[in-house]
Amino acid sequence: MKILYFAWLRQKIGTGEEQIDPPESVATAGQLIDWLATRGPGYATAFKDARAVKIAVNQTFGDRETPIAANDEVAFFPPVTGG
Amino acid sequence: MTVRVQSEDFDLGHELDALTRGNTSIGGLCSFVGLVRDMNDGSGVGGMVLEHYPGMTEKMLEEIEAQAHERWPLQASLIIHRYGALQPGDRIVLVAAASPHRDAAFQACNFLIDWLKTKAPFWKAEQLDSGETRWVEAREGDEKAASKWQ
Repeated sequence: MKILYFAWLRQKIGTGEEQIDPPESVATAGQLIDWLATRGPGYATAFKDARAVKIAVNQTFGDRETPIAANDEVAFFPPVTGG
Repeated sequence: MTVRVQSEDFDLGHELDALTRGNTSIGGLCSFVGLVRDMNDGSGVGGMVLEHYPGMTEKMLEEIEAQAHERWPLQASLIIHRYGALQPGDRIVLVAAASPHRDAAFQACNFLIDWLKTKAPFWKAEQLDSGETRWVEAREGDEKAASKWQ
């Protein structure tokens, strides 16, 4: 699974992109967040305020209930501020 | 319908001229240009770096543009958004909508920038005059502006 982080999530986690293989029990984006948050202090800080984190699965906005699969691209980022 | 995501600047006159040239059914062209402001939330801003999500950015901008064409009888439209390092006064974004009559052009232009601001994956990191770097926070007013088009 390809995971992308943007803006302050990227800074707190220390990378913008990684390939990971979460356990089979991780079936939704919300479960992925909960699992990622256990991987280290940077992850825990980045995902501390879950409401501040937006989710995209395969470049489409999703939420904590969105299902995820092995070959998906899952992105986490703060609310957008372009324009 | 055109979407461009680029680091380089754009020429307003050239872009708007190219958008309407040869289409004589267009009677009104409305455009909005967003610029880097030197002040935000009470702090002086010396510059900013715009980050985006390559791939999803283009996809979202194309969806927003397609939505505008569904809602109004547009003859042409354009979205250009820059990324990378920008200075106060630099152009960030151009949205433009052209229609036989002005009302659709005005409304579509307003819609394009309102939805872009809440749905296109861009993030601004401001370099403050104090030396600090600060991620711009999303504004409630932007959500409100976007939701009036639901």
